[in-house]
Amino acid sequence: MAYNMKEIVAQKPSRFTSGHRMCAGCGAPPVARMILRALKPEDHAVIANATGCMEVSSFIYPYTAWTDSYIHTAFECAAATLSGAEAAYKSMKKQGKLPNDEHTKFIAFGGDGGTYDIGIQSLSGAMERGHDMTYVCYDNGAYMNTGIQRSSATPKFADTTTSPAGSVIPGKMQSRKDLTEIMEAHHLPYVAQTIAYMNFKDLYEKAEKAIYTEGPTFLNVLSPCPRGWGYPTEDLMTINKLAVETCYWPLYEIENGKYKITYKPAKKLPIEEFLKPQKRFRHMFKPGNEWMIEEFQKEVDRRWEDLLRLEEMSNKE
Amino acid sequence: MGIRERLSGNEAAATAMKQINPDVVAAFPITPSTEIPQYFSTFVDNGQVDTEFVAVESEHSAMSACIGAEAAGARAMTATSANGLSLMWEMIYIASSLRLPIVMSLVNRAVSGPLNIHNDHSDAMGARDSGWIQIFSETNQEAYDNLIMAHRIAENKNVMLPLMVCQDGFITSHSIENIELIEDEKVKEFVGEYHPEHYLLNKKEPIAIGPLDVQTYLFEHKYGQAEAMRNAKQVILDVAKDFEKMTGRKYGLFEEYKLDDAEIAIVCMNSTAGTTKEVVDDLREKGIKAGLLKIRVFRPFPAEEVAKALSHLKAVAILDKADSVNGAGGALFEDVTSAMYINKDNVLASSYVYGIGGRDTTTKEIESVFNDLIEDSKKDKIENPYRYLGLRKE
Repeated sequence: MAYNMKEIVAQKPSRFTSGHRMCAGCGAPPVARMILRALKPEDHAVIANATGCMEVSSFIYPYTAWTDSYIHTAFECAAATLSGAEAAYKSMKKQGKLPNDEHTKFIAFGGDGGTYDIGIQSLSGAMERGHDMTYVCYDNGAYMNTGIQRSSATPKFADTTTSPAGSVIPGKMQSRKDLTEIMEAHHLPYVAQTIAYMNFKDLYEKAEKAIYTEGPTFLNVLSPCPRGWGYPTEDLMTINKLAVETCYWPLYEIENGKYKITYKPAKKLPIEEFLKPQKRFRHMFKPGNEWMIEEFQKEVDRRWEDLLRLEEMSNKE
Repeated sequence: MGIRERLSGNEAAATAMKQINPDVVAAFPITPSTEIPQYFSTFVDNGQVDTEFVAVESEHSAMSACIGAEAAGARAMTATSANGLSLMWEMIYIASSLRLPIVMSLVNRAVSGPLNIHNDHSDAMGARDSGWIQIFSETNQEAYDNLIMAHRIAENKNVMLPLMVCQDGFITSHSIENIELIEDEKVKEFVGEYHPEHYLLNKKEPIAIGPLDVQTYLFEHKYGQAEAMRNAKQVILDVAKDFEKMTGRKYGLFEEYKLDDAEIAIVCMNSTAGTTKEVVDDLREKGIKAGLLKIRVFRPFPAEEVAKALSHLKAVAILDKADSVNGAGGALFEDVTSAMYINKDNVLASSYVYGIGGRDTTTKEIESVFNDLIEDSKKDKIENPYRYLGLRKE
């Protein structure tokens, strides 16, 4: 059945309710909501959440925005926590301690702090062990919950509170870690990189595939942060669009080792288009700093070319 | 009657776990508790248990997975030692605050550093304020019995707290002793099935666990934990009574050995109690009224009962197998003497830090403590309360 956002929204009520306290213009809530819509309505879900913006704004005692079962334990161990719940499910199902006709899916949400950095060991372990779960990283490219500190997902030159654009050191001096490729190195049955763009089609379809592929699956979802990135809240979807159209954030999936770029911009936009609307890159546009934009563009191009090559290579008969 | 066997402390713990047949075990190897997950994996792979064994990549993940499993509605168990427990530190507080009755077999070992794989109690003492029930075991038999009783205590509606059963690394974990096992069916009946009130896998009642708990609520939630810990004392005694009916083996909050009419006594935990009993017997033959109070339940701390049991003594020595490095005596010493102060006991008390990093503690050394107590009693005062036992002076 062809994707139809209107129908999906009409047929599948949101499992992540309004009333949560995430910022206006934050990329994460629409991502969480759409991913949960990819669940079959009759299926139960256990959601684990790493400490971070999403957690502290969605489950403040005694209120919760989650209509499925939900657990938060700590920052670095959403994957390990969920792996325990999944093991419990397997064990109890096998022993007849749970109804036969009920199905539970396991989904973890973590920011880039909880996923790329402090939680990467726990994530790697859980994925290697083969638990039947989907781990979703909502990547906003810095530790936003504690006030915009650099992470290994922060792009080069970005101005953060621990990599400030100073007079000697102009922002973060290292390139972004490629977590999607690290997850692919685990040889998972399904790994994808996506974003909320084009009526959420890419996000929804990849979420559905991830959740309903047996075994450990991983989604890396770019989720802009108006405070950390410095864009007007109403521009969220424009920023998402520019991330994709400049190939800063390529949309692709890897199914059992086969790469598929799910969207190739007809005309790749220059990286300035993505950088310019964001205050964190403001210093790159000062006279004399043209080299920074050039370097940034080179890195984007290199990664995009690599991806095109991987797609070609992995699909060769 | 039970089954006569010869098992090491680790085998005893693994056997108890096999008979308990938990839904999930998540563990990471660390000396000297490694054998427990090893033996247990064999039970899993040979189909002797229904358990899902989660071979995690760290102890932090072991405790995280136990939390996830227990919250999901399963019975979850783990085993660890020393640095393993240190790495779990963040998560053991979360386990107790989420009121998840996870059961751990803690094989006590010195916490680094420098690195040392041998026995002392620095790991367990580091967790004494974590909200876990802590039960200590003198022998392999006790390590086994305490594990069989653990779930009944932890899962009691008035408790709902995680529980660790401690035993001494190598000294009991790797020593083979005679042991009386309980028949599988009897254990199954005694432990019973776990029916949590609320759990993640209950589709009919989705729940959320682990909120952001701000100033308005956290204090009350913490008070709930403290209340549960207080409640645990009676529950531990009730379960022990049922256990005695099944096995004939009697357990209290602590064991009094020739303490009734004693004038001097030692307070200690785990295997050192065995050494002390031997010395007490020898001294008794010489007409010296020596006794022992062996702490079994360290958390909740039976303050009132301990103070009462010691109140008739002239002098008491409290032995800590961990140095609190606070300039004021070990953790057990602090707890015992505070309890005695509240009870207005007029007993001379001294702290002995001993056995650090697996330093052997001999009957001769224990005897020297009793000799010190005789001297203290004669002087009727304590000149140096913070003492060390078995420390080389050079």
